[in-house]
Amino acid sequence: MVYDLKSAKEPPLKERGAIAWIRHNLLSTPLNIILTLVSIWLLYIILPPLFNWFVLDANFAGTTKAECTNDGACWVFINQKLKLFIYGFYPESELWRANLAILLSGLAIFLVASEKTSVKIKATALLILPTISTILLIGGFLGLEHVATDRWGGLLLTLIISFVGIIASFPLGLLFALGRQSKMPIVKTLSVFYIELIRGVPLITLLFMASVVLPLFFPDGVDFNKLMRALIAITLFQAAYVAENIRGGLQAIPKGQYEASSALGLTYWKQMRLVILPQAIKVAIPNLVGSFIALFMDTSLVMIIGLYDVLSTVTLASSDRDWLGLGTEGFVFVAIIYWVFNFAMSRYSVKLEKKLDTNRRD
Amino acid sequence: MSDQNKIIEELPKKEIIENSKDLSKKMIELDNLNKWYGEFHVLKDINLKVGEGEIVVVAGPSGSGKSTMIRCINRLEEYQEGIIKVKGVEVNSDVKNLREIRSNVAMVFQHFNLFPHLSIIDNLTLAPVHVYGKSTKEARETAMYYLNRVNIAEQADKFPNQLSGGQQQRVAIARALCKSPDIMLFDEPTSALDPEMIGEVLDVMIGLAKEGKTMVCVTHEMGFARKVADRVIFMDAGQIVEENEPETFFNNPESDRLKTFLEQILAH
Repeated sequence: MVYDLKSAKEPPLKERGAIAWIRHNLLSTPLNIILTLVSIWLLYIILPPLFNWFVLDANFAGTTKAECTNDGACWVFINQKLKLFIYGFYPESELWRANLAILLSGLAIFLVASEKTSVKIKATALLILPTISTILLIGGFLGLEHVATDRWGGLLLTLIISFVGIIASFPLGLLFALGRQSKMPIVKTLSVFYIELIRGVPLITLLFMASVVLPLFFPDGVDFNKLMRALIAITLFQAAYVAENIRGGLQAIPKGQYEASSALGLTYWKQMRLVILPQAIKVAIPNLVGSFIALFMDTSLVMIIGLYDVLSTVTLASSDRDWLGLGTEGFVFVAIIYWVFNFAMSRYSVKLEKKLDTNRRD
Repeated sequence: MSDQNKIIEELPKKEIIENSKDLSKKMIELDNLNKWYGEFHVLKDINLKVGEGEIVVVAGPSGSGKSTMIRCINRLEEYQEGIIKVKGVEVNSDVKNLREIRSNVAMVFQHFNLFPHLSIIDNLTLAPVHVYGKSTKEARETAMYYLNRVNIAEQADKFPNQLSGGQQQRVAIARALCKSPDIMLFDEPTSALDPEMIGEVLDVMIGLAKEGKTMVCVTHEMGFARKVADRVIFMDAGQIVEENEPETFFNNPESDRLKTFLEQILAH
């Protein structure tokens, strides 16, 4: 018995396009139907008032609180305080330096994240561009006014702390992760001790330690920059989490990878660099990005040692006598800023995971 | 028994290997090797000498210590007593010795252990470029030569997970060959393969054997043993129970343990 080959037909109408999508995703079971209806009802309750507050009833024009006469949000506040939120107390005439610094560091991130650049370009960009940014921000040469770090603030400061925290904690965390896996007992014990100590302590404690206790160890007159202290505390803190994330990745690597690379003659460091870590870090990416996102938000804790990050500038501005009672607008604004950066990081990690996925069979 | 004899008769006869072997030149020497895993005595007084170009097949039930033994030769496992020498160099914790031994000895694993994040060609050139200081161009040429040898050159730019098990194992053999080792160790190279892929891997190994490469193979492929081995070793419970040339090994096993073992693996 021989059968003819059949040509493919289109699926029935109800299994196609938008109808199929709605049937499968919104109305597949009775419970699903109820949930769909409840969701629609909730959206109906929440969205219109929210939209009114944000847009329809909001005040956009003006320069003082008195001009906010509508019931909705008073965006005038944000508009008037925008410079404070973004640059802190950075002198107004020098803002171009802050902008250029953010731009250069942004370029560094772009070059590192890009698929088209070589490792050499990435490394160079990561070393040189942030250095130029820092020098530019500090100034004090070629007629550029010196701007002390306690005048840095707002989103600028949040970005600086996050950037340094992420970049500097990575190599340190990597070493601790390898140390924890090491066969040398002293290295292993020290790594475990460090990681567990830091992870057992909240960041806020470390920041206190860095700002209050640390200076006690320095001789009188040696004033350690406040921002520097915060950066060190955050880097040391984040390194422990990076270490644990990478260790998770290392544990996912089969023993055979170590054996095969050893048998080929690779020394420990080459084995790690060429075979183990590229695979381990790939596995660790979701967790790493998760902890970087957490760090980005944790930077707001520097407020307690007297640094003005974006959140604390908002707090500061909303206690301004001319603008009292406008905290909501400020915090919504900060929430949007945080969300934009965190969402970008999260999307990038998804993209990176897809790119590095060698299990694809195409 | 008559069934078993018939099966043994049907195994291919040893083929004459043209390259001259120099069995007096010792490539691997194991002297009174003893190893323990904690309390467990896994290798007991192993003595084994492998001459240049010699092909030794190691057989035995699982847990008999055969894999552990060959993994001691390139120091993937440490041992507590006795001496192992590879081309006269002692296998110990000395870094210089280890480097020399690892450059002379290549190993093929049961689970291939290709590097999944690297393409096939990069798997092959990794050690030559980063350990043995070859230029990328030279390493790629060598790699392509060996990929051709194992009939898989057209897959050079793919990733390991895109290949079948048999293909991956052939790539693993090519990778091992890229550093021009004098000695090849095979640790059950066909045990993880689907039946229809065993042949392609064995063919490559037979080719190597004919070239006169010194080989130690832990394998259950008795057809392969019969065809190319100079000596077959039977291990059980951490010791060498019997060793002989293949003809005698299969036709006239002396010890009861080997007789039982042969009955079991040839019964089906």
